[in-house]
Amino acid sequence: MHAPVLEPGTYFWQGNIACAEGAIAAGCRFYAGYPITPSSEIFEHLSSRLPKVGGICIQMEDEIASLAAVVGASWGGTKALTATSGPGFSLMQENIGLACMTETPCVIVDVQRVGPSTGQATKCAQGDVMQARWGTHGDHEIIALGPNSVQEMFDLTVKAFNLSESYRNPVIVLADEVVAHMRERVVIPRSLEIIEREETYSPPFFSTSDSYVRAMPPLGRGLNVLVTGSTHDARGLRATADPEIHRKLAEGIFGKIHKDAHILSDVEQYRVGDCEVGVVSYGCTSRSVYTAIQMAEESGMSVGHVRLRTIWPFPAEAVQRLSEGAGRILVPEMNLKQVYFEVMRAVEGKAHVVGLNKVGGGAMIYPEEILRKLTKMTERD
Amino acid sequence: MQRSEEHFAIKHLRQEVLPSTFCSGCGCGTVINCFLKAVEEEGFKDLKNFVFCSGIGCSSWIPSPYMRADSIHVTHGRSIPVALGLKLVRPELNVVVFGGDGDIAAIGLNHLLHAARRNLEVVVIMVNNMIYGMTGGQAAPTTPLGVETTTTPYGTFEYALDVSNLTVSAGASYVARWTTYHVVQLKEAIKKALRKKGFSFLEVVSQCPPIYGRRIGMESATQILNWFRSSSIALNRARNMKAEELTDKIVVGELVDIDKPTLIENMHKVQEKATN
Repeated sequence: MHAPVLEPGTYFWQGNIACAEGAIAAGCRFYAGYPITPSSEIFEHLSSRLPKVGGICIQMEDEIASLAAVVGASWGGTKALTATSGPGFSLMQENIGLACMTETPCVIVDVQRVGPSTGQATKCAQGDVMQARWGTHGDHEIIALGPNSVQEMFDLTVKAFNLSESYRNPVIVLADEVVAHMRERVVIPRSLEIIEREETYSPPFFSTSDSYVRAMPPLGRGLNVLVTGSTHDARGLRATADPEIHRKLAEGIFGKIHKDAHILSDVEQYRVGDCEVGVVSYGCTSRSVYTAIQMAEESGMSVGHVRLRTIWPFPAEAVQRLSEGAGRILVPEMNLKQVYFEVMRAVEGKAHVVGLNKVGGGAMIYPEEILRKLTKMTERD
Repeated sequence: MQRSEEHFAIKHLRQEVLPSTFCSGCGCGTVINCFLKAVEEEGFKDLKNFVFCSGIGCSSWIPSPYMRADSIHVTHGRSIPVALGLKLVRPELNVVVFGGDGDIAAIGLNHLLHAARRNLEVVVIMVNNMIYGMTGGQAAPTTPLGVETTTTPYGTFEYALDVSNLTVSAGASYVARWTTYHVVQLKEAIKKALRKKGFSFLEVVSQCPPIYGRRIGMESATQILNWFRSSSIALNRARNMKAEELTDKIVVGELVDIDKPTLIENMHKVQEKATN
């Protein structure tokens, strides 16, 4: 059991606990969720922690209701979170769309496991990358962050809350079973940058392609706020048959994030521009990449690495820079190619992109497998 | 020039969106009238302390955009969990959900039952027109057996759901069913629901002349209201009647009116335990 207010210092935590603590540190005071492996520890931890800090933690009837309650709580002025895994993430898609359309700040943690469907509940995978981007219907833009350590389960959860407030958009922490369940040292710094909810008392309450509205109107103050998942104007008034209003709205909720893709791009870079071969990785797989690169360097290879902390919007520029130096790029993923195609798109044919894909049973991609592939890729010269 | 007297409800409505999109003869206007009358009689001068929550369907448009108040119009069937999130973080607000039988009793039924189980302090008003009106007349879980709809051209082959009874079983504090014919009783029930600490559910059996009435040979609102009048049976009378006698009847009245600790009260107890 932790003290109500977490002391700065060093802790030894499981990834899911770090995520839950990151949420509290970010100011989250509402959690609604449904139990699902491998994310349940986030819920369990918050059920003990949130009441101590004046927050609310409630178990809902399903993941649809969980995200619905989060949207309601967020409109009530409270930073809100839900966490799940693939099957629950599927159920949340309709209300991810609602949160995008109503510009509701909220954070969704998806601890990826093997799918589709129930798949392998306790086993790690990275198969939800495209679902995070396109799982809900219609044009929208999303922010997804991919932690690769217990420290980042904390840091990126804090960041996810900050971004959700800055952009008034749902933000997804795209974790995976390995990162969520491993235990590592976490340093909680003395001060954290926390972005608080900004309020407005007069319209426009919603973004259009002409204006981006960050501040939210508080409810219950007589502002006559209309929030709707249907097409609406900047005031919130529904307009289900006006093509111009829809165009402005769709471009608005898409553009506010899309235009900042370069600012949102958060990548760890290694030897970009000074390598014969490059690797683009994210999540738990990047941990094997670190080791593989060390091994490769010992045998005289020069390997560049772009590790994605931001997964969506896709950090295309960073990948392009890597491709400019390295003619070949390896994309190891625990899925049957998802980020691979984004890399292909980013390099615009200027580099040869090779996938290293492994699915099932939670077996990670081992450093030796990456090394073998890198060796083969460099041998072609 | 003599100033014509303004309808009492006008000041609570967004005049910029009037006239409403409700079809001629729709029961939603009656529901609005009864609700706003109840609000006034309960002493509210305006709707400032209200937040309305609704999903998808004709009656979900009652608050959004017509009520001059804050409203959250969300995904189909999900108004109740959104209301839960809002109410838990802003317990001082009066949170009222409006929805149709499709929204509340089909796609959103799970949420209704769990809100009743939790004794969540919100009022849910389900306008039951026995059909999917907005989408053009498909069968609902409340459509009586045998009715021909656009998705059951040879007649429905499923029984209608008694949503009020189910909500009582799930643990609601206050449940009443009236029709749009019973405007005074409905208004009084809304007042009780607004006063109630705990989960309140109101089923308003309502007329949809163009989409449902037409299919059962009653094309005018008056015809349907007459049907409501003649086929309504008070709950205490219905209790002594056999099931087969009640097949074509609408049982009206208060199904439950109890007091028990609410979700927020129960949560507070847990909170105290956690902080001590």
